[in-house]
Amino acid sequence: MVQLLLPKNSRIQTGKTWPKPDGGTRLKEFRIYRWNPDDGKLPQIDTYFVDLDDCGPMVLDGLIYLKNKIDPTLTFRRSCREGICGSCAMNIDGLNTLACTKGLDEIKGKVKVYPLPHMPVVKDLIPDLTGFYAQHRAIEPWLKTVSPTPQTEWLQSHDDRAKLDGLYECILCASCSTSCPSYWWNGDRYLGPAVLLQAYRWLIDSRDEATGDRLDELEDPFRLYRCHTIMNCANTCPKNLNPAKAIAEIKKMLIERRL
Amino acid sequence: MSTQSKPGSGVERPLSPHLFIYAPSWTMVMSVVHRGTGAALYFGTLLLAAWLIAVGAGKSSYDTVQWMFNSWLGQLVLLGFTWSLLCHLLGGIRFLIWDLVYGFGEKERRWLAIGTYVLSGVLTVLVFIVGYIVK
Repeated sequence: MVQLLLPKNSRIQTGKTWPKPDGGTRLKEFRIYRWNPDDGKLPQIDTYFVDLDDCGPMVLDGLIYLKNKIDPTLTFRRSCREGICGSCAMNIDGLNTLACTKGLDEIKGKVKVYPLPHMPVVKDLIPDLTGFYAQHRAIEPWLKTVSPTPQTEWLQSHDDRAKLDGLYECILCASCSTSCPSYWWNGDRYLGPAVLLQAYRWLIDSRDEATGDRLDELEDPFRLYRCHTIMNCANTCPKNLNPAKAIAEIKKMLIERRL
Repeated sequence: MSTQSKPGSGVERPLSPHLFIYAPSWTMVMSVVHRGTGAALYFGTLLLAAWLIAVGAGKSSYDTVQWMFNSWLGQLVLLGFTWSLLCHLLGGIRFLIWDLVYGFGEKERRWLAIGTYVLSGVLTVLVFIVGYIVK
């Protein structure tokens, strides 16, 4: 359902302005979404200042600086700090991306940080991704075969292997799915770009023998066809992948098998 | 998806902000415009129907409708209808190109969206120029 305004309990208030670090000359202002399940308040935007001379180059470095030196209650997920785990996906400067690969120098003015859009918030910048993971589980993201298992590996030609390029690199950070207006309005029934890219990754894998069943599962007005090629997914993917194209390929496969 | 922060705690999880914090892009804006022009065409079709009904109903009603369409307000509405029609048509072609799995590169998708916008404006002006010449 299209609901442009946030529900009452989600409306954002102006929050606290935290003190500037002592002695800093090059300060970067951060505006960060805060919500704490334990204090009974509405979500709010807090203002912070990062001393760029005392901080690494990425947005994640800025967040870690704030947590270590200004406000230890600031809550966010992070792990690998090199764009491979997908934990620190969040909305930065209006686009969903990974805080660890987004340079502070790419952002003019204030650094606005929100959790991934249109998701239930667990705390501060941490969204609840339970539904997203359940959708990934629903497409059965593993090799399915009926042929007898070979003595060695399941073999694949170089050309067939190349078909997985641009797909296998997906780290399931959920940036694309939560950038998609269709997923915002119908995220309970539409699978969303990330999960559909994963679905295509198994559809196109020459070793997989469940292509027909997989297509049957996707042929649905909501699961697949809520994609209206808005392209936010392709515009936002921090790994430069193209979920919109993968979805178009699935739609094409569904047409081709009817012909 | 769980909206409760802890089972039984009664604290409703807020929904993170979406539309109003998201940076607009050409493809996103033109998708919204495609919806908007599609809705406008319902109204425009009523104008066409009114004109056809007037043709059938006789000279006096035809003259009244012609007078309305030729007034400055009528021309403005027809300008909007023409642009909506052309923009929606070009948008449809854009979506067809994407359905054929072409034009997914970063630059291509951007230019397809901008092209829809610009070309629909140019064609609208052309239609009006031709219309005035013929008249």
